[in-house]
Amino acid sequence: MAAYTKDQVADASPLWKHVRKEWKLYSFLVIPLIYFVIFKYAPMIGNIIAFRKYRGGPNILGSEWVGFQYFEMFMNDPTFWRAFFNDLTLSVSYLAVKFPLTLLFALLLHEIRWMKWKKFVQTVSYLPHFISIVIVVGMVKEMVSLTGPINALLGKFGMEPIAFISLPEWFPTLYVTSGIWQSLGWGTILYLAAMTAINTELYEAAKIDGATRFRQALHVTIPGILPTIMVLLILDIGSILGSNFEKILLMYNPLTYETADVISTYVYRMGITGGNFSFATAVGLFEGIIGLILVTIANEISKRTTKSSLW
Amino acid sequence: MKKTLRFSAFTIVNGFIMTLVVLFTLYPFVYLVAQSFSSEAAIYAGKVSFFPVEFTTRTYEIIMSKPDFFRYYGNTIFYSVLGTFIAVAATAVMSYPLSKAKLRLNKIVIPFVLFTMYFGGGLIPNYILVAKTLGMRDTVWAIVIPGAISAFNVILMKTFFANIPNELEEAGRVDGLDVFGIFTRIILPLSKPIIATITLFVIVGMWNNWFGPSLYLQSKEKWPIALYLKQIIDNAVSPTEIGAASEETSQIAATVKSTAMVLTSLPIICMYPFVQRYFVQGMMIGAVKG
Repeated sequence: MAAYTKDQVADASPLWKHVRKEWKLYSFLVIPLIYFVIFKYAPMIGNIIAFRKYRGGPNILGSEWVGFQYFEMFMNDPTFWRAFFNDLTLSVSYLAVKFPLTLLFALLLHEIRWMKWKKFVQTVSYLPHFISIVIVVGMVKEMVSLTGPINALLGKFGMEPIAFISLPEWFPTLYVTSGIWQSLGWGTILYLAAMTAINTELYEAAKIDGATRFRQALHVTIPGILPTIMVLLILDIGSILGSNFEKILLMYNPLTYETADVISTYVYRMGITGGNFSFATAVGLFEGIIGLILVTIANEISKRTTKSSLW
Repeated sequence: MKKTLRFSAFTIVNGFIMTLVVLFTLYPFVYLVAQSFSSEAAIYAGKVSFFPVEFTTRTYEIIMSKPDFFRYYGNTIFYSVLGTFIAVAATAVMSYPLSKAKLRLNKIVIPFVLFTMYFGGGLIPNYILVAKTLGMRDTVWAIVIPGAISAFNVILMKTFFANIPNELEEAGRVDGLDVFGIFTRIILPLSKPIIATITLFVIVGMWNNWFGPSLYLQSKEKWPIALYLKQIIDNAVSPTEIGAASEETSQIAATVKSTAMVLTSLPIICMYPFVQRYFVQGMMIGAVKG
């Protein structure tokens, strides 16, 4: 990740001399590092209560060892497995729609020659990214309510109103559509950044060879942004068990748990609402480790096949 | 001739698709605004689609006539200002030494920071730490401290700092500035774009934050507007609580959600066109680094 270009002088002095010489710079790091230890690493260590009984109170480490008891408990809980598969279904469907659409949208934006129009489309399409998830879900509920515009439209075609928000079979659609609405535009930024870095001579050469715009996109633009595509794909694969927790928490209800309950909402209900802290921590830890393994594997594969990677 | 024709056919199709994207993006906002200014009867009859029907500003008047809404708004402003100040200051202070290749311990510190992008403690351990171990429950610190530094923002800022020409620092050193002086008098003034970007990232996050407050703030009077809005959307706030007279309750019930959503997102939407280039700029800096 960190490839330095300047200042790269071999410093052969002992480490303590180096620290003493640069102590002023190092002192900047003291408070931020204490922050990282307390707020990022202590909770990681706090995961130990997945193996210990936590009886409440300030002791983040729990009281006695219980081994894998909580893991066995959730592994035998059908609700956990339902949440597990819902997580996979929601993320994979979202990824399957979002990934090609974002790439396509970026390619189309790249083809716009009228700069003011391009700027306008970009500005509008980035906007939903900044809207609070509370409002996004509120909008979804208003749009699909029985008296809302979508049902009004269906009514024009002589269809009965549909109670979208309380029907489990509609939840994945609402989840994916609202996700696209919120992130389609913003998702193109890194692609567009990568596209500006492509050597324009490649396009000139392609034009001389008689390549159409479509062929130019296929043979110049896409190969040019392949590293970016790969990095984004790795990150997405790593979060395949991390569906949008806050959105689901706001959007689901007991009627739609069947398709909407995911691991993180299950952890929330078991732990925060239900007070089964150790049990919920075990489930959360399981999710976190799977995510870490997935992102590592995806990173390795990408490193070997396309030479682009996160680390 | 043939070529220009095909060229413009593509341009038209592309323009058409882009117009659809713009409409798809803007329509929910249009609908919310239209609904918030419409009468209850028109909404329940499904007549509202693009423009207000039976125009009324009653709901806005009622919401704005009660102090509640402004108090929650005030809380949000307070959390956003304090939280942003802490987050930006801490991020800048951390990023500066990390941008220095000559610091040998960075080889350990940078992976230590980056690892937190891929693995976290999870909801429950974080909750226990903040609420129970540190006893921050129901205080402003539970809202502004736990998320103050993100590895992502540190990377953005460190990348920016690393690209500032070393000669400028040398010049400062010649003028007798020490490390702190160089940081505050040379580096920070040169880093306005990245500071603006990260400030905006953090402000938006703070402004929209509802989950942290819902976990940690029991006293309703400390709630930010986003959490109050969630209660309204969940039908957990009755029209009389909002301030409706009994003959107006159904009008309020029909429009309070859209009105509250419009009022809450207004600052972000108004500010957005002027500052969006900073966001994009920030993402670009991050992109270079990957």
